[in-house]
Amino acid sequence: MIEALTVRAGLAVRPAVPVVIAHYGTWIAVAVMFVVPPLVFRSGTALTMMSLMGISIVFALSYNMLLGQTGMLSFGHAVYFGLGAYFAVHCMNAAITSGLPVPLPIIPLVGGLGGLAFAILFGWVSTKRSGTAFAMISLGLAELVGSSALILRSFFGGEEGVTTDRTRLLRLFDISFGPQIEVYYLIAAWCLVCMVLMYKFTRTPLGRMCNAVRDNSERAQFVGYNPQFVRFLAFCVSGFFAGVAGGLAAIHFEIANSAYFSATQSGNVLLATFIGGSGYFFGPVIGAAVVSYLQVMLSDVTEIWQLYFGLLFITMVMFAPQGIAGLLMMHRPLWRRRALLKVAAAYALALPPALVMLAGIALVIEMTYRLSVKAAEGPHMTFFSVPFAADQPPAWLTAGLLIVGGFILFRLTWPIIAAAWVNAESRKELAQ
Amino acid sequence: MGAKQLWGLAAVAALCISAPVKAQETIKIAFIDPLSGGGASTGEAGLKTYQFLADQLNAKGGVLSRRIEIVSYDNKLNPQESLIQVQKAIDAGIRIITQGNGSGVAAAITDFVAKYNDRNPGKEVLYLNYAAVDPVLTNEKCNFWHFRFDANSDIKMEALTNYMKPRSNIKKVYLINQDYSFGHAVRSEARKMLSAKRPDIQIVGDEVHPLQKITDFAPYVAKIKASGADSIITGNWGQDIALLLKAAADAGLQVDWYTYYAGSVGGPTGVKQTGLNHRVFEISEGSANIPYAPAQEIEKALRAKYDIGLLYPRVVNEMRMLVTAIEQAKSTDPGKIALKLEDMKVTVFNGGEGFMRAADHQFFQPMYIKSFGELAANEPFDEEKTGWGWRVIAKVDTADTVLPTVCKMKRPST
Amino acid sequence: MLELVIISILNGVQFGMLLFLMASGLTLIFSMMGVLNFAHASFYMLGAFFGFQIARWLGFWPALLIAPALVGIIGALVERYGLRNVHRQGHVPELLFTFGLAYVIEEVVQMIWGKAPVDFRVPALLDFPAFTIFTTNYPAYKLLMLLTSAGIFLVLFIVLTRTRIGLVIQAALSHPHMVAHLGHNVPLVFMSVFGVGSALAAIAGVIAGPALVTQSNMAGLLGPILFVVVVVGGLGSLAGAFAASLLIGLVQTFAVSVNTSLADVFAFAHVTPSPGSILGDLWTVTLAQIAPILPYLLLVMVLILKPTGLWGTRET
Repeated sequence: MIEALTVRAGLAVRPAVPVVIAHYGTWIAVAVMFVVPPLVFRSGTALTMMSLMGISIVFALSYNMLLGQTGMLSFGHAVYFGLGAYFAVHCMNAAITSGLPVPLPIIPLVGGLGGLAFAILFGWVSTKRSGTAFAMISLGLAELVGSSALILRSFFGGEEGVTTDRTRLLRLFDISFGPQIEVYYLIAAWCLVCMVLMYKFTRTPLGRMCNAVRDNSERAQFVGYNPQFVRFLAFCVSGFFAGVAGGLAAIHFEIANSAYFSATQSGNVLLATFIGGSGYFFGPVIGAAVVSYLQVMLSDVTEIWQLYFGLLFITMVMFAPQGIAGLLMMHRPLWRRRALLKVAAAYALALPPALVMLAGIALVIEMTYRLSVKAAEGPHMTFFSVPFAADQPPAWLTAGLLIVGGFILFRLTWPIIAAAWVNAESRKELAQ
Repeated sequence: MGAKQLWGLAAVAALCISAPVKAQETIKIAFIDPLSGGGASTGEAGLKTYQFLADQLNAKGGVLSRRIEIVSYDNKLNPQESLIQVQKAIDAGIRIITQGNGSGVAAAITDFVAKYNDRNPGKEVLYLNYAAVDPVLTNEKCNFWHFRFDANSDIKMEALTNYMKPRSNIKKVYLINQDYSFGHAVRSEARKMLSAKRPDIQIVGDEVHPLQKITDFAPYVAKIKASGADSIITGNWGQDIALLLKAAADAGLQVDWYTYYAGSVGGPTGVKQTGLNHRVFEISEGSANIPYAPAQEIEKALRAKYDIGLLYPRVVNEMRMLVTAIEQAKSTDPGKIALKLEDMKVTVFNGGEGFMRAADHQFFQPMYIKSFGELAANEPFDEEKTGWGWRVIAKVDTADTVLPTVCKMKRPST
Repeated sequence: MLELVIISILNGVQFGMLLFLMASGLTLIFSMMGVLNFAHASFYMLGAFFGFQIARWLGFWPALLIAPALVGIIGALVERYGLRNVHRQGHVPELLFTFGLAYVIEEVVQMIWGKAPVDFRVPALLDFPAFTIFTTNYPAYKLLMLLTSAGIFLVLFIVLTRTRIGLVIQAALSHPHMVAHLGHNVPLVFMSVFGVGSALAAIAGVIAGPALVTQSNMAGLLGPILFVVVVVGGLGSLAGAFAASLLIGLVQTFAVSVNTSLADVFAFAHVTPSPGSILGDLWTVTLAQIAPILPYLLLVMVLILKPTGLWGTRET
């Protein structure tokens, strides 16, 4: 390392190759992760899901600019997402009818500008307050815009929404964007660009001031910055990227309607960002990917997947508010000390009882569901391919046993994990 | 995540990697309708009807020796959600989609199906519409892959206004409808046709309200009272008609009702509460008390199994025609099925002849105007255990229901 | 016309009182914890469903007593084992916890009772018109709703201002540490306030269930309006919540009866913006059509102009 930084007299310093790879390597790896999967997973479901993941990632990252970076909890971020989508759809329709040479890849930018415009308009009003009042204003604005969508039918299209056709725009290189894989690569490209831009934003002085305002806005004032203005700027930039996500969604679905403004949409992005971890940049990326995946796949496994989802969320709020990213980063010191294996062994020991306990809980939930809503279909069901009758005592006893037994064994492993941690942390940090 | 989820994820990941395998054993039909929220009661009734018919067909051996399977998807009455569900169905290998509740949803689906079929030749999907009656779906927005099995809104309004024309006790009419494409179609046609047939009728109110969101119609009923109307024309369906009737019952509103969907889930209970005996009318394609034995057998069986009346005779027609088309085409390829469906003539559920018009894929059938009230001796079926039932008071023959179309369909080159 | 006005006043006041029944609990809880409880509308929904189920087994009147008690206990447990743990982590996790709780409650209700509406009927005892104004009947059941809400307001008012326990609660809301020093069990006070607040929401659910539809989306329909009421009335002010509930109830009900639009008001000016544009929409939309969004307009205006609410005493 020292050699890498040696300055020879008169000659410019060339950073050693390892430093370059470390600096850009992450982004290259991310780019690879975007490019490769569709070549491996080719089915329609996989492509749709990956496209949805790309859209969610941009949306969640834009949301984290508010939540994680600036400490603003908004319940109505879907407003900018939806407005971006509507602007994109109207722009596409205008381009189609007037024949203007607007290529499809530019459309998300239009969405972004739409989101930005309204973020400036609404943000001026919203960011006057912070904390709970800001959250309430965002909620009220979201409801207002969502309901107005059904009243201003000329722009929002009423209940039907506004549809468009992405293949009828100007075609560059003869790419029609009809097949899903072409749409996926468009979304992936925009997602990568937005990720880089948003990451760079966190590194700018404004980004740092956002963090300062989040941590202690009074002190930020002493330093000479107006916290309200900083929040306003963060809000605008966040609205821009939310609009870009909306534009991508408009291209993917070819329809924009009032559902884009719904509380569900705002709630989902909040869930995704929080589950992923709002304290790290890549947290929302993980969260968006995980939530998109669960939403598409889990509904095939069990009909009440949303309940599991909500329980996961509450558990994380109570026991792991730092999110998945936070949990991963918690192990970083161990990774540095090459001591992960010790802790991993303890985890491996704790995993089976935890799984048993969770299986028991899932069994109880599935049985309750079977006996209540699905009563017309009879009490016979299968769980992990084991058939049984849900109204018989043995099933409930088994479930109870699984829960109680699993929990007791799980509880017994906690001291082992704690000891492993202490052991791991005591290892000397290796010289880098 | 729990073990179940992990197994599920592993299984699905394996599925993602492998090429999609089409299930050869069953013919799957995707049922995409609201199963939660304001439209849930209507969607559930539709789903039970389809499942009942599929069971009956499978008991007789299925179609082309294959069973029929109904796969339900909840679209929450939302166009965007519907597209997500249609995509899910397509990804699951399903090529026949049926939907009915909400013309806004139908417009989005027919648009999507047209685009998808255009971009994916050889993988087309068929869209069977059993209840979305906005006329535009078989006019400006018609497409080859969409078939409508219910008479569209204009046909129904024509029949209703023809019935209203000679009734001199109608002097002041109040229009109340849902604020979306179908509701607006009802109100504009009502105004047009009434002013042509009975220019002396005064329209004292023209109300639109949000779709499937209002739970307390008392303010609207108060307005209707204040207007002095003696008759109401409404296209409200599902929860909107059921709660409107309930609020009218609470307030003691005494008017005649000319409706499209007073028979929706909850509607008959609401009518009974109002006490309006044979003053609530509905235009539809069938009725339980029509003395046609084959239909009444099915009615009995459905009530025995699911405890609901057959609200959708048109679904019976749809399934029968679909099965016939598959058998005639000897294939489940949507293109071939569509070609057979186009020109089909059938005996409809309650007796009588119906036909599918190839020009716009609109089905024409006998329509009935019926009133709800106390049953006579030869009327065996009541609704929702109220003791009251539907009585046919006028019939419109198939030929008299035909209206022109402006559809210019793009046909696939076969 | 007079009939319409009187009926609208009755309907508006009745809806307003129902809102107040829920908002009172929410205001109390907010005053105590400084966090708006997202799950409050979910307790309202739980009350309706518990009421429905108990009414099926035991009848409506026992349900009116038992269901709120059950929900109150659930609320107290949520406070004791859930919120108290999350409280240490700050305001945002608290809000998120209540948000997640609302989500889970809705899913559990859907799991047990399904997604379609359930048939929660008005008790036969009250299924008749109480009185007739001109030609419109006013149902006795709605009268019950009105009287129950008014009665509870009175009871709350008396308990909070005239009894000893009420004074302790008021003190604990603003100076919990001092009250603890004086020897009162402040955590117990918080838990009971949360429980009582939830029970109030549940009572609203039980009585609103037969009148409005009892379905798993109930919470989502009424939740946002609840927040509007609390914020417009002033966070922390019970009298403000009462006034705001009545205001919003009346405004929404009266707005539905008014069919004028800007076009009608400015008809003399002969201005007709083109029908397919946004201006055209705004010009021709009637007050009846925008009735659902009037509360949110009010919310946004109040938050801009007087952020502490119309009668508020607390800064958030």
